[in-house]
Amino acid sequence: MSETATLLIRRGGPEEPASWARFEIAYERGQSVLDGLRRIRIERDPSLAFRFSCINANACKECMMLLDGKVVYACTARLEPREMRLEPLPNKALIRDLATEIAPPDERLASLLKRDA
Amino acid sequence: MRAPPDRVHLTTDVLIVGAGAAGMSAAIAADEQDADVLLVDRSLIGRGGATVMAQMTVAVALGEEVADGWRDHLADTLKAGRGLCDEWLAGILCQRGPEEIRRLDSWHVGWARHADGRIRAAQAPGHDRPRCVYVDFLSTGPAVSRTLRGQVQRQERIKRVGDLCITDIVTADGAAVGAVGFSVTDGRPVSLAAKTVIIATGGLTRLYARNSASANMGGDGYALALRAGAELIDMEFVQFFPIGHLAPRLIGMDPIMWDPFRYKLGGRLLNAQGHDFAADYGVPEDGRYVAPRDLLTRAIQKEVEAGRGSPAGGVFLSFQHVPADRLREAFGPVIDRLTANGIDLTRQDVEVAPIAHYHMGGIRVTPDMRTDVAGLLAAGEAIGGANGANRLSGNAVTEALVFGRAAGQTAAEMARHGGNVWCEAAAEPALALVAAPGPGSVNTAAVVSDLQSLMNRHVGPFRTAAGLNAALAGIRRLRTAIGTVPPGTPGGFDTVRLDWFDARNMLLVAEAVAAAALAREESRGAHQRDDFPETDEHWAVNQAISLRDGKLSLERRPVKARAPA
Repeated sequence: MSETATLLIRRGGPEEPASWARFEIAYERGQSVLDGLRRIRIERDPSLAFRFSCINANACKECMMLLDGKVVYACTARLEPREMRLEPLPNKALIRDLATEIAPPDERLASLLKRDA
Repeated sequence: MRAPPDRVHLTTDVLIVGAGAAGMSAAIAADEQDADVLLVDRSLIGRGGATVMAQMTVAVALGEEVADGWRDHLADTLKAGRGLCDEWLAGILCQRGPEEIRRLDSWHVGWARHADGRIRAAQAPGHDRPRCVYVDFLSTGPAVSRTLRGQVQRQERIKRVGDLCITDIVTADGAAVGAVGFSVTDGRPVSLAAKTVIIATGGLTRLYARNSASANMGGDGYALALRAGAELIDMEFVQFFPIGHLAPRLIGMDPIMWDPFRYKLGGRLLNAQGHDFAADYGVPEDGRYVAPRDLLTRAIQKEVEAGRGSPAGGVFLSFQHVPADRLREAFGPVIDRLTANGIDLTRQDVEVAPIAHYHMGGIRVTPDMRTDVAGLLAAGEAIGGANGANRLSGNAVTEALVFGRAAGQTAAEMARHGGNVWCEAAAEPALALVAAPGPGSVNTAAVVSDLQSLMNRHVGPFRTAAGLNAALAGIRRLRTAIGTVPPGTPGGFDTVRLDWFDARNMLLVAEAVAAAALAREESRGAHQRDDFPETDEHWAVNQAISLRDGKLSLERRPVKARAPA
């Protein structure tokens, strides 16, 4: 029997009550948590929000999130055939689902508008 | 006219779309000439795009490792380009490369050095001598990115905005006057008035399922340029990197990491029978790494087609003959990262296969980086011409730096002399699209994934008329599937809408690649037609492609053959 990885993901935006979504995906040895999240978007729910850019190289450092309460890069954390709990970074402003405001303050549109006002 | 309340309107002299090495170099150069600069990126500033991924080397005739001159670098660049290089652009790349590398050195980028202080250079394939500088270990791109980022942050006049996705360039009376997009963070429509606009969005490798790119390399800039009325050239020439990592699954590393391993240590390419096959295709390697990318890609692909491939569909790369201490000396901590992935190179081979890596084609520009739309410039991988039909290893970061600087200087000068004036009416259709609510049923992530499979299957390094026609039909089908309005309503980090805008661009650019590939009935460099296997001298021309009345149109253009004095 093929094994399953279960991703339990905290979803929602800053003004909504948080909810938990459970996605069961086929476990493939060696894959990253980010691989699993990208597969969920294609196969199940394209609205699942998380940041990533370089996909695999651990160069962009955008895919930080909480895995079972610990800060990880989703691109280097291994997918495992068990339930894995994913949450947005707790110390950053929530944008939606697993995406948080991690841009330096002076590189945000809002702060540019404030400066120019 | 009053803007709707939730829309943001920004004004600048020079708007730069894309914050990789080309965009950041352009920003620094424009700022030096006292222009106000707005540097925007759909991802975070200096973190997305290709530069940060470039673990390898930068080609430049510094003449420190061995005697070298820019004309020698140019000769190798033109030779790799298989007769299609714009010699003006290639000449500028090679001539000004050293100045840019020394500028980065003065900003402490950390080029690897000999004990006597000379900057080290490795010999990459296609070069006649060691010419490729690097930052250890496999850190060239991140170091270049970080260094440029540090310089950009220091300049008060360079405003930076990440998470801003540009969807259209705004033109009025045939001139670029700014752009329209939306804030990824909250979905707000954004208009940007600019005297000049520079497209520095990189390449299109995200069009392919197997690629070495960042998630945001979907060819946005080519689509922006086409819709603005600019011409693209050489769109059929997508560079496949021959030995992209395939298996076992390797995480936390760039899939093109085996290239520097091969420059330094050689490494044998073997088929399923353990046979070193490159010589069978006329490119004998003898365990070294000398074959040009296009020829090696061909050899690997043909070996796989003949049923002699590895289990995952590639070939084997072996370093088992290299002693452990030499591996450690050459790659230090990288060896530990491999161990963490369960890979011990002294005991096992890895599987590699060609993956989409870089785009030779792009926006057609003059030597000062102007497109044929007034006020619209382009730089870096987004432009076409400098690399012809096949890019020489190491030229990508060099061109980003050199062309970025050139574009920034031209833009600042144009802005000083007035530039173009914002036109609200011209921006309306683009603003309507970013604000439009649409039907919410389409899975745009699946559309992107389907397109990637389609391109990998039919528009890879080996093409046929039948395959290319199948690709064009598939692209039309996917275009119908996504419709003409983004699904849902604008919101915070709305990935469905973001994917829709990406798919809109990717489908247009994919069509340009497939149409140009179908028209070119010959094989040359990165474009190989199984139904036209020979190079045809009648095809020693560039193909220009433009969008007229919503349809792509192709024209042949003579190659620009004159190099600067």
